[in-house]
Amino acid sequence: MSVVEEATDDALYPIAVLIDELRNEDVTLRLNSIRKLSTIALALGVERTRNELIQFLTDTIYDEDEVLLVLAEQLGNFTPLVGGPDHVHCLLLPLENLATVEETVVRDKAVESLRKIADKHSSASLEEHFVPMLRRLATGDWFTSRTSACGLFSVVYPRVSPAIKSELKSMFRTLCRDDTPMVRRAAAAKLGEFAKVFEKTAVIEGLHSSLTDLHVDEQDSVRLLTVESAIAFGTLLDKANKKKLIEPILIELFDDKSWRVRYMVAEKLIEIQNVLGEDMDTTHLVNMYTNLLKDPEGEVRCAATQRLQEFALNLPEDKRQNIICNSLLNVAKELVTDGNQLVKSELAGVIMGLAPLIGKEQTVSELLPIYMQLLNDQTPEVRLNIISSLDKVNEVIGAAQLSTSLLPAIVGLAEDGKWRVRLAIVQFMPLLASQLGQEFFDEKLLPLCLNWLTDHVFSIREASTLIMKELTQKFGGQWASTNIVPKMQKLQKDTNYLQRMTCLFCLNTLSEAMTQEQILKEIMPIVKDLVEDDVPNVRFNAAKSLKRIGKNLTPSTLTSEVKPLLEKLGKDSDFDVRYFSEEAKNSLGL
Amino acid sequence: MVMEVDEPAVAATTSQNQPQEHANDFDMDTSEGPIENDETFEPVDQINWKFNQVKGNIDADVHTEADVISCVEFSHDGEYLATGDKGGRVVIFQRDQSGKYVKGVRSREYNVYSTFQSHEPEFDYLKSLEIDEKINQIRWLKKKNAANFILSTNDKTIKLWKISERERKIGDDAWNLPRTNRINTSSFRGRLQIPSIVPMELIVEASPRRVYGNAHTYHVNSISVNSDQETFLSADDLRVNLWNLEITNESFNIVDIKPANMEELTEVITAAEFHPTQCNWFVYSSSKGSIRLCDMRDRALCDAYAKIFEEPEDPQSRSFFSEIIASVSDVKFSHNGRYLLTRDYLTVKVWDLNMESQPVETYPVHNYLRTKLCALYENDSIFDKFECDWSGDDKHILTGSYHNLFRSYARGNNQDAKTWEARPQEPHSQLRSRFVVPSAKRKRNNLSSSGETTEEDLSSDQLQFDRKILHTAWHPKDNIIALAATNNLYIFSDV
Repeated sequence: MSVVEEATDDALYPIAVLIDELRNEDVTLRLNSIRKLSTIALALGVERTRNELIQFLTDTIYDEDEVLLVLAEQLGNFTPLVGGPDHVHCLLLPLENLATVEETVVRDKAVESLRKIADKHSSASLEEHFVPMLRRLATGDWFTSRTSACGLFSVVYPRVSPAIKSELKSMFRTLCRDDTPMVRRAAAAKLGEFAKVFEKTAVIEGLHSSLTDLHVDEQDSVRLLTVESAIAFGTLLDKANKKKLIEPILIELFDDKSWRVRYMVAEKLIEIQNVLGEDMDTTHLVNMYTNLLKDPEGEVRCAATQRLQEFALNLPEDKRQNIICNSLLNVAKELVTDGNQLVKSELAGVIMGLAPLIGKEQTVSELLPIYMQLLNDQTPEVRLNIISSLDKVNEVIGAAQLSTSLLPAIVGLAEDGKWRVRLAIVQFMPLLASQLGQEFFDEKLLPLCLNWLTDHVFSIREASTLIMKELTQKFGGQWASTNIVPKMQKLQKDTNYLQRMTCLFCLNTLSEAMTQEQILKEIMPIVKDLVEDDVPNVRFNAAKSLKRIGKNLTPSTLTSEVKPLLEKLGKDSDFDVRYFSEEAKNSLGL
Repeated sequence: MVMEVDEPAVAATTSQNQPQEHANDFDMDTSEGPIENDETFEPVDQINWKFNQVKGNIDADVHTEADVISCVEFSHDGEYLATGDKGGRVVIFQRDQSGKYVKGVRSREYNVYSTFQSHEPEFDYLKSLEIDEKINQIRWLKKKNAANFILSTNDKTIKLWKISERERKIGDDAWNLPRTNRINTSSFRGRLQIPSIVPMELIVEASPRRVYGNAHTYHVNSISVNSDQETFLSADDLRVNLWNLEITNESFNIVDIKPANMEELTEVITAAEFHPTQCNWFVYSSSKGSIRLCDMRDRALCDAYAKIFEEPEDPQSRSFFSEIIASVSDVKFSHNGRYLLTRDYLTVKVWDLNMESQPVETYPVHNYLRTKLCALYENDSIFDKFECDWSGDDKHILTGSYHNLFRSYARGNNQDAKTWEARPQEPHSQLRSRFVVPSAKRKRNNLSSSGETTEEDLSSDQLQFDRKILHTAWHPKDNIIALAATNNLYIFSDV
């Protein structure tokens, strides 16, 4: 054997292993081999890949789903490995098999790959090989193959002869009337996508009857999918046809008996508004929307409420204020006392956004009462949502209007039994501080912030130390030294070591918003004291603090102030303390 | 409702023809012959059941608890029959596929196709609860490819199983690297080889595809697949949940009858089922004897029902047991979706969906037990949950009783339906029917019915309450029934 051949054989060794592992009992090894299928194919060359590897893969349909999934994905990128567009059709058979398995993810992936390789086909081979395969799938015995077929029409249709086009049309129409709801669902879901590749003139004749059929299907799971298809269909039509053909369908869906369909309509409301909006009588659309807001089903009201602000924003400007005040707010007022908490919290989340749309006067007269009521709601999420979007209303009327109701609400949330609620309000503090002004903050809210530093839940303590930095950045270092440092000094002497640690955490964040001078004057004395603490945990946290605080100091101060402390900690009796002081030293370059 | 043309006619002819006339059937072209009579079957005649098969050990007292069959279900095309047992096993039987004809009809023999362990005993450490492996119910999914799929459930966890055939495997040849001394071979010589696929003996594999767990606080009593083939429901004592077949980590609660205070609990859910074609409708029955029909279109939560089917209680006959025996143990939609069939302790009832106030038909199952309720209460038999079934054409009704007796009723036929006994006998021989008489009247009845050959008197004192037929299933097209009697599965047909 020649030297050259020896060398190639050695290079083939890993490939040989990969091929052998295609039939390993361990699924992870098989998966590994399938993932490297392109390597194997490359080594085999295009001819053997076509004749042997693809043949083998076609037959391995029995494998586990996760293997099939990866296989389906790999085959989508195989075109160059089987010899380019001229031979790409040899990939159809394995993918066709994969498109009929019962596992949806595998099927979807196979369809995705089929769509990919459809583009690689020449027009001739598309008609010669791809279309017959689509025909087989569309008329397959099992619904799995027929559902997969639905996803392939849009890639084939634009590139085939008129005769085949009309065949495809009738095939798709048959699928829309399939006996099994699964196939009708797939057809309903793909109808919009298919419509997009139609010639503008043919789309109505080609697909409108199917859409009409599907939107009155007996299965609500089919009808709800037509919402999206109808929208997509609508975007393709001119004004007159849209009004004539799509508007009635959508209007019927608004009033569907099934709440799941109405929910879908509420979800897609803005898109529907965009499609119908300009041509449709605004009051009609608004009426249909307010019906959704009053829906008997909470889920529908939730979805509709979510879109209140966006819907209002999209209304024609000349009528907007009138519609909001006369129609939407009337319903919103009812929603304030809705039995469903989720509806109320959705409302609280969007209602502030209406303020800029209707101006100051109306906000005060119409919206303010709603805000007040929501601020007094039983559910903390509702109050939180109002507070979180305070900035929107502030621009219009100023938060001072609200402060009388705001304060009790904030205090209530600050002392809420659920720590997640407290956490949320802690995180809103910087926002509130900037909206309400320093004076109000110092007087009313600061005591709350300082209390959180001693909360019994760590997350709250941690979050409150983090907001201290933002507050200091906002109000200045001087503010911190008069308001926060005294609290630190108190904590530093607390008998509970956890409080002393909180003190250190807080100093960490404060130091990042203070000048060096202040750090030396206000912070270092406290740290210095805690370096001597009895509890090792406090001492090593002091070391960690020194590391962070040190980053804000000049090298000379570091050497004079920080280094002695770290050296002292370096000789500590506790291993962890020594470790963290060493780490701090290294990090600060001391 | 599509019917197999020959089926109702077969039912009609066999009951008219006495066994000796069966010879004629052989000469007839079975697919054509009886069609003539097709128009004559209303009202339909009672079916005379013939013995077909019995599965399981028939030495009565030799069985373990784990072998007791706990559910029976035909697949949608009737080609398969699944049973589950208290040991958590599922056995699938397949109808004879050879296409041979026996007694003028396609062979109705069922043979074991696949057996697998569906559920294992578990222990819930949080609640210190043992979870039995007993299979409470099995439901077939409509066929979506060559494989079959079933849902099986125990008290807590529902599983989706795939049962598939496999005839080919990867050949054992064409390895690239030697199979021995692999450690020493670090180089490869020669030509790369792709393994080949070779045929092998057919094997049937059952593989678990999905596990729907952690959604039920109480015991799951029913599962039902929706006609959209996308969702299914599962019902426990107090709640009904809705699942998507593809999603295992999320289910929606659609009915919750748990009162805020458990001391106020007055009724529990006993069974639930989806409508066969209307994807929005489902019914659930309660221990108080009412059946509620819910429409999922109205609300996400179906606590408010659309219709309630309930019979007003007769104050005269009220007793300590009235509520217990009113409890509905099974509810089934007819195949055409128009009627509901319910079983309570003493009767089986047919309700028209359009009439809520009372059932349109009521059939007594074992009236002779009415005087024995006290004893039945004491040995807990009164809480037995009997199932009921429709025939494929909705014209007959099937349900079980004690002492391995069962009954089938021809709807609208006033002639008394017989009580049949399930016991091993010659294939194709007519089953023995029994006439149960209250003990006091025994003597007289013995005299009067001594002339009967097929019907034997049975004193109600002799009834064995531990031998009972709780679980039954009717083939979706043919008159074939499967009955679970303790550890035995009986298959009877009208041929």
